[in-house]
Amino acid sequence: MDFLIQVVWEGLVAGVLYALIALGFVLIFKASGVFNFAQGIMVVFAALTLVGSYEKMAAAGFTGFPAAMASIVVSLAVMFALAWLVERLVLRHLVNQPDIILFMATFGLTYFLIGFGEAVFGGDPKIMITQQLGLPTGSTEFRLPGFGPNGKDGLVLIQHIDVAATVIASLMIAALALFFQYTRIGRALRAVADSHKAALSVGITLNQIWVVVWFTAGIVALVTGIMWGARSDVSFGLSNIALKALPVLIVGGFTSVPGAIAGGLIIGIGEKLGELYLAPLLLGSTMGRGVESWVAFIIALAFVMARPQGLFGDKIIERI
Amino acid sequence: MSAEESPISSPILSVKNIEVIYDHVILVLKGVSLVVPKGGIVAILGGNGAGKTTTLKAISNLLQSERGEVTKGQIDFNGERVDKLTPNELVRRGCIQVMEGRHCFGHLTIEENLLTGAFTRRDGRKATAAALEKVYAYFPRLKDRRLSQAGYTSGGEQQMCAIGRALMADPSMILLDEPSMGLAPQIVDQIFEIVRDVNAKEGVSFLLAEQNTNVALRYATYGYILETGRVVMDGDAKSLRDNEDVKEFYLGVGGGDRKSFRDVKSYKRRKRWLA
Repeated sequence: MDFLIQVVWEGLVAGVLYALIALGFVLIFKASGVFNFAQGIMVVFAALTLVGSYEKMAAAGFTGFPAAMASIVVSLAVMFALAWLVERLVLRHLVNQPDIILFMATFGLTYFLIGFGEAVFGGDPKIMITQQLGLPTGSTEFRLPGFGPNGKDGLVLIQHIDVAATVIASLMIAALALFFQYTRIGRALRAVADSHKAALSVGITLNQIWVVVWFTAGIVALVTGIMWGARSDVSFGLSNIALKALPVLIVGGFTSVPGAIAGGLIIGIGEKLGELYLAPLLLGSTMGRGVESWVAFIIALAFVMARPQGLFGDKIIERI
Repeated sequence: MSAEESPISSPILSVKNIEVIYDHVILVLKGVSLVVPKGGIVAILGGNGAGKTTTLKAISNLLQSERGEVTKGQIDFNGERVDKLTPNELVRRGCIQVMEGRHCFGHLTIEENLLTGAFTRRDGRKATAAALEKVYAYFPRLKDRRLSQAGYTSGGEQQMCAIGRALMADPSMILLDEPSMGLAPQIVDQIFEIVRDVNAKEGVSFLLAEQNTNVALRYATYGYILETGRVVMDGDAKSLRDNEDVKEFYLGVGGGDRKSFRDVKSYKRRKRWLA
């Protein structure tokens, strides 16, 4: 029983982190109707910028929390510059083009960022500056009386960084949901998602909106990068977690912030439980490593068939 | 007749001899001129492909995003040259377009749609709330549907929503493209009544493009007839209504002595107006 609780908790944390990545996709999908393939590499790029600029400062003798905060500011500035450049050099020229062309453009952006990132930061994995950022490390063991095997006390291990990640991610998601629903810019973002032309006709400035959206996605990428980086390390391989966002988005709906959360949790917990229960069933071993990687996609497939717009996605409205 | 000769004293909009080319090759407008007086309702009439929509988009600068370009001529709004501005800058100066086919934001509620219309306003929440109430007063139907997603409302409600959304920007001029499209005659009249009402009470000028010549000439004070990218005729609404050619080609009456469709066509060919 304690093992189950442990697994569910880990699934929950993974789910929140998946939700965070998915959120980056949702933002850009909402505003430009395009699946931003580059979101995964943006996570890596943001994290690398953070660690890289901290290393530069540390080399100059400036370390600790203030230096970490300065690195955050630098990273945010870089993400803003990226958003601005993407708008200037790519999106501006693709207004009113078919979605597939925008999609291809994000491929180009992905490979550019990989090459550029390697050139600037090198290809070696880096360690996230978790402690310097003031994030908690270490773990606490909880005793749960009667939850263990044979009526003994159960043990559940909780990493402090996981708790911090959950709290920060939840706050951020809540803030974004409110921003979308109730602010002038948020409304304009959703309007742009529905129709570029109509948005232009009421005087919404697409250029400004896109910079806002890509910058917001950049902030989300930075937070995601910190949280994922703290659990493993910061390397280009991290961009593969973006693939996990796909099933999350299919389950939750491409256009919904709450959907990203729900989808993230379902996929996160589903994966861990799949590993726990499906693996012995299918493979006869207790720890089927392989199961975790495809359970998410099976869940997504089920959703595609039963509810194509996802749990909270916009209903597909069509006049006939 | 060119713009200068028109008997209109203080125009809010004047379009002088504009030429529009799409994709650098397709010549769509070949020297269109027109004027809209302050507080007037002016109609652009003509069949499919005559250039009505292109004219409106040239004015609102929405052409830019469709690879269209005004290559000759000049557009003045309130005495200021506007043909190189962005749509946003034009909306802020008080000229907004309601596009053909409504183009409401389907996933936003009616009220959110209306609020997006206030995007360019800088006069605060109170003014926006007041504008919203005003729009609801003109379109009580929208108030009933305010929390419905626009995509699920009827064509008439969507047209009202699109016009209401434009009103939220506090415009002095609305470019209204094909408001009657796909709507029941009763709804069309309802919408034109509101247009006339807004024009009278708010002093908003209208330039509307219509295929429904009959309705348009009942509500407009002046009309221009476009054919293949040229203004072939213009005049006040009454004189257009009484013109034999307009009656026959656009209103579907008159021409009694020609029985067969072939005769009509050859007559039309011979009478094609040269501008």
